[in-house]
Amino acid sequence: MSRSSSRIDTKKVNSELVTLTYGALVAQMIKDLDNADDVSKQLERLGYNMGIRIVEDFLSKTGSGRCLDLKDTADKVQMAFKMYLGVQPNVANWSAAGDEFSFILDSNPLTELVELPDDLKNLKYCNIICGVLRGALEMVHLDVQSWIVQDQLKGDSNTEIRLKFIRRLEDSIPAGED
Amino acid sequence: MTIHNIYIFDHKGGLLYYHEWNRIKQSGMTSEEEAKLMYGMLFSIKSFVNKISPIDTKEGFLYYKTSKYTLHFMETPSRIKFVLNTDNNAQDMRELLQQIYSQVFVEYVVKNPLSKLSEPIQSELFKTKLDAFVKQSPSFLAKPL
Repeated sequence: MSRSSSRIDTKKVNSELVTLTYGALVAQMIKDLDNADDVSKQLERLGYNMGIRIVEDFLSKTGSGRCLDLKDTADKVQMAFKMYLGVQPNVANWSAAGDEFSFILDSNPLTELVELPDDLKNLKYCNIICGVLRGALEMVHLDVQSWIVQDQLKGDSNTEIRLKFIRRLEDSIPAGED
Repeated sequence: MTIHNIYIFDHKGGLLYYHEWNRIKQSGMTSEEEAKLMYGMLFSIKSFVNKISPIDTKEGFLYYKTSKYTLHFMETPSRIKFVLNTDNNAQDMRELLQQIYSQVFVEYVVKNPLSKLSEPIQSELFKTKLDAFVKQSPSFLAKPL
């Protein structure tokens, strides 16, 4: 199939609108749950639910096939970051076994204009991204774990999201005759 | 030329959607049974094609053809399956299936938060859009053979 990237039409949205909407969502969740760990968990779940749908949009727009290996996966996710967040992360820090790597973001559109108050230092503000990665990759039969290693909100110089490959999920067999 | 019917299966093999335009012969079983039979066959052909192939396959099973009709098959990397039966003259059906996926399925099912991705599609908007989309395809001829 010959689908070039020029055919991808994405409607542009001001990133500040996204940042502020996301900020409002997190603020509301903190008010509702008043426990940073619960909020982090819910953000991950929210991301998961987004991921299982966003992957279809990604696949249909790029026409990309199945991933051959994890390196290929990393490249495609990198492309997805560009499409959906407008930033190009670096893929780095591969583990020796080749089953773990990091996305390093110099700037994170979700955290611009954000400062974490002292009593919320353990909040994983960008946990939604981890959820999206997990949900999207699960739909293409890759079971992964994802977490934040470095966070600009906690004084690190860039944001680092770690991804670990757990296993490949198998095709489900058809339901038997009743 | 004509398009007979379409099946859409989710990643677990459940029937998401079925619609027929020009179907002259019915299978004589309930649509649930028929969908199961269809999915079972696709599953078998897929694994057969992949096992028996003498070289590495990229896309695997694409279509089969009988003396009277052709069954076109497309599977996305997320394992959503699109099956379209046409007569033997229909051209470029892979392109059409890809367009159904990106311009109808993703737009009106995936981006509709009220439609669950593992239940039969209820959305009227999806149904109308799909119908219109298929009918404007050059391979579609409304009058029965």
